[in-house]
Amino acid sequence: MEAIYKPRFLQITNYGLLLAVLAAFAFTLITQTTVFAQGPTPTDDEVNRIAKLLYCPVCESTPLDACPTEACRQWRELIRTMLAEGKSEAEIKQYFVEHYGARVLAEPPNRLVAYLVPAVAILLGASMLLRGFQRWMKRSMTEVGLVAKEAHPIQDAYVAKMEEELKKQK
Amino acid sequence: MIANFGFGVLFITFLVTLYSVFAAIYGDRKQIPAMVESARRAMLLTWPLLTLTASVLIYLLVNNHFEVQFVYEVTSRSMPTYLKVTAWWGGQAGSMLFWSWLMSAFASLVTLRKWDRDREFLPWVIVVACVTMAFFIGMNVFFENPFAQFFQTFDGGVAAHTLKPAESVLFTPEDGRGLNPLLRHPGMVIHPPMLYLGFVSFVIPYAFAIAALITGRIDDRWIRLTRRWTLWAWLFLSFGLVLGGRWAYDVLGWGGYWGWDPVEIAAFMPWLTGTAFLHSVMIQEKRGMLKHWNMLLVILTYDLVIFGTFLTRSGVLSSVHAFAQSAIGPLFFGFIALTLITSVALIIYRWDSLRSETQMTSLLSREALFLLNNLLFMSILVVCFWGVIFPLISELFTGQKVTVGPPFYERATAPLFASLLLLMGIAPLSAWGHSTVKTIGRAIWKPTIGAIAITAVIFATYTHNVGALIGFFLVALVILVTLYEYWRGAYSRQRSQGENVFTALWNLTGRNRRRYGGYIIHISMMLMAIGIMGIEIFQVETQGTMEVNQHMSIGGYDVVYESIAQFPGPDGREVTRAALSVYKEGKYLGELNPRIDYYYDAQQTMTIPGQRSTLRDDLYILLVDWEPVAATGATFKIFVNPLVNWLWLGSLLFLAGVVIAAWPDKEAERVAVKARARVQQQTSAAD
Repeated sequence: MEAIYKPRFLQITNYGLLLAVLAAFAFTLITQTTVFAQGPTPTDDEVNRIAKLLYCPVCESTPLDACPTEACRQWRELIRTMLAEGKSEAEIKQYFVEHYGARVLAEPPNRLVAYLVPAVAILLGASMLLRGFQRWMKRSMTEVGLVAKEAHPIQDAYVAKMEEELKKQK
Repeated sequence: MIANFGFGVLFITFLVTLYSVFAAIYGDRKQIPAMVESARRAMLLTWPLLTLTASVLIYLLVNNHFEVQFVYEVTSRSMPTYLKVTAWWGGQAGSMLFWSWLMSAFASLVTLRKWDRDREFLPWVIVVACVTMAFFIGMNVFFENPFAQFFQTFDGGVAAHTLKPAESVLFTPEDGRGLNPLLRHPGMVIHPPMLYLGFVSFVIPYAFAIAALITGRIDDRWIRLTRRWTLWAWLFLSFGLVLGGRWAYDVLGWGGYWGWDPVEIAAFMPWLTGTAFLHSVMIQEKRGMLKHWNMLLVILTYDLVIFGTFLTRSGVLSSVHAFAQSAIGPLFFGFIALTLITSVALIIYRWDSLRSETQMTSLLSREALFLLNNLLFMSILVVCFWGVIFPLISELFTGQKVTVGPPFYERATAPLFASLLLLMGIAPLSAWGHSTVKTIGRAIWKPTIGAIAITAVIFATYTHNVGALIGFFLVALVILVTLYEYWRGAYSRQRSQGENVFTALWNLTGRNRRRYGGYIIHISMMLMAIGIMGIEIFQVETQGTMEVNQHMSIGGYDVVYESIAQFPGPDGREVTRAALSVYKEGKYLGELNPRIDYYYDAQQTMTIPGQRSTLRDDLYILLVDWEPVAATGATFKIFVNPLVNWLWLGSLLFLAGVVIAAWPDKEAERVAVKARARVQQQTSAAD
């Protein structure tokens, strides 16, 4: 896990090289067994990073990294094996989709439809509101008298009093 | 025998609710006040009847009557008594009865008040409340009977029936299956009642809205009558959601509190429409506008409440097939469709009389900004609703099962939530009727400079994440604008009334509870937003296997694995508990004990985290795996959840804000009556 820095002068002789390898090996051995947590290769964090993107194929709405069942533990081990084999994130996801269906993905594969429908609905709502505003404004402008009445803010008696009080102090 | 008695009382209650509906309609149509009074009394009878039914069910639950299917499904001998009682709402049949019981309590409370000024509403409020109750009780009576018992026929088959089939004997299993371990947590004991309280109390404003539509009395009286109900309903629902989040954080063992699960969203949707409603009713009260919209919002909230109740218990969202197989699924949807169509038809019928009394005059006026707020809440609702039904639609049309998980919701709602924050910063500064960029600009520049300064400090000391900085800026802006409003009010009182700061603040809030209670709610929402941003943006996690005395480091913490122990716990479970010492910068902070509980009866495990909470962050450790024989190595997952405690703190402040806003004012009429009485007293004394 530790990055081993090899000083240039040690590269000159075989003796130096041997010494460096032995020292590094000894250092790794000591630190690994007595201080730090053991980490298999690939590490749990690397496995969880992928498992987080997948959903348990059996349980409802449970991400694979958080699922406590034995089946999910085995699936996580499968991810570890695949990572060790050098498979990429996309390949692992593809494997799960092929074997357990698209529901293992945290998002629908057809993202366009998933996002488009609410986006259109929201835009429709916004445009309706905007048109409503325009209509209201137009009507209130044409209604004589109303404009004059509405040009000033309408306030609670209490707030009006407060504003007046604040104005006086200025 | 006792179970049959319980069912009998339940059936009678069903008949009483039906009678109440018909008597109220008949009394109103034929103008017979005695009939309406009879309907009211019948409705008042439902609560004692349902209390009796519930008592019977609780008796069966507590006394291990496993011959009753519901008791068998949710309890076991090893469960403590308090859990056997709360198992009442631990299954579908019981929770429906619980719903009806709460509903009848609320409906009774409403009809206990004096109705002198609003007599015409009474029969229709009774009709709506009793139709809703009749639906839920009917579900219990005909489809989800909590008193169904097991009978064994002579060919050996065992099945649950309401009535004893011919040639069969009562069958009593040795022990029950036990409550789902996930539900055996104090959070789960109070979370569903709180959520249900929110659900049922939203039926009250709906009942009044329908009464207003039917009677044609569509001024804002129905809104004024139900304003406090709505606020309490909102409080319960909000608190139910927060408690649910807290429960998930403490029990589900995935380091978070909200997973955008369809069941969570089902409870969140009525909250969205309810919150929009709370804001938009103010436009109707102040300006006589948006009457159609308010009606529509309260109707939507009611139907989302029914939808939410159904989803939170039935799990039908897992698949179209589950829905089709469930007997109650189509009935629930039928009921929702019926109430929605009837209610919307009533709005159309009263369309002309619901027209606005005034016009919108400025895009920056308070009412225009409130409308924008409504648009944002409805947009979040659209995202949520679409996310919930999308898997069903996909399965129905393409046969492909899909999951709509957090990435979808987070991406789609983040800009909407950010816009809501911005709006929360601007809206309190705008005035009803008319505001301009200039008037708002004049009020907002000082808080904006403050918010920029705070964001700069955060940039220098905490994070360079652009999303987080935008979020913190908006939060700071809203808090500063709100505090500025407070300061302006208090300062004005100080000058005009000669009060000191604290008295001025107290009186300011006391005289304008709704306004300043609302502001406290805004600040509480900002504290929650800090918590949400903290965990969403800055959460870090790591997982690793340690042997005793080994350590793992994360987010400045050092965690040393000390030991692990396995022992039998109460409530029929085996506990595996690890002990870890926590250090920060070399300083010992204490011991954490993540554990795994295995429940023998339910054959299920629960992962309970070890937590250390501060305002800065939470250290949250899960025991993921261990070697049962040698017990030397154990795997832990460790999260550091920054700022998450602000979420819970915010929810407490939220409680205070709603209580202030909903606290009853002295009613003008009552004050006038008192004043008249005083004058009379004085005159008679003078005589």
